[in-house]
Amino acid sequence: MKRRDFLLGILTLATLAPIKVLAALWNKAAFESTRLQDASRHLQINAEIPSQLIEIVAPERAENGAIVQVEVRSHIPQTEAIAIFVENNPNPLIANFIFNNGAQPFVVTRIKMAENSEIKVVVKSAERYFTHSKNVIVLSNGCG
Amino acid sequence: MNADNMKMRAQLKDGLLEVKVLISHPMETGRRKDDSDRLIPAHFVQLLTATWNGKIVLEAQWGTGISKNPYLTFYLQGAQVGDIVEVTWHDNLGESATQKIAVTQA
Repeated sequence: MKRRDFLLGILTLATLAPIKVLAALWNKAAFESTRLQDASRHLQINAEIPSQLIEIVAPERAENGAIVQVEVRSHIPQTEAIAIFVENNPNPLIANFIFNNGAQPFVVTRIKMAENSEIKVVVKSAERYFTHSKNVIVLSNGCG
Repeated sequence: MNADNMKMRAQLKDGLLEVKVLISHPMETGRRKDDSDRLIPAHFVQLLTATWNGKIVLEAQWGTGISKNPYLTFYLQGAQVGDIVEVTWHDNLGESATQKIAVTQA
């Protein structure tokens, strides 16, 4: 896609749904944060509530930190977004997924892990934040 | 980059649509060095959006912590055979690609 088309696309979206466009912009400050708490703050995450309704499937021990498959599923009603953090990575924020129009709060992806760490998931639902973590032992650094 | 760099599948399984996306992309963090000990510049997908029959269903913001050749599965409720799912990504160097496919029954 050409840059111009992309910009036109953004403009079209801006007319139709201004809120969606804000969500579509890459959160530079959050992704470039080197501490988990700073990344969370830049995502406006506050007062996290521990929840067992968040399912994290990841290996107990990852042979290769360059490719760790993670499955995250939220059973919290009205889940709007799922953020994935790896606490001990150079940049802890890995991804932020925003769901609309029938998308299920359920993703599978592959992430890099530098060392043993908690994988922390934060779910946004109706302006509240829920969290759950899973520890993964990493046998080889995947962050190069 | 063109759509050859993306592989997609969208299959209905027990009424739920499973969309799998695989993208060929280096996902360089900016911290790795080449053989001459020079830093390899960061090059990574920052934004991936998916639409279902033209409506946005998923917006993913990614950092450098997503693995090389990114893989993503996501799920949609209410899709039917023949519906169109389109996925577009944009990276930090201004490259992008789009691919769309029709939903099939698993």
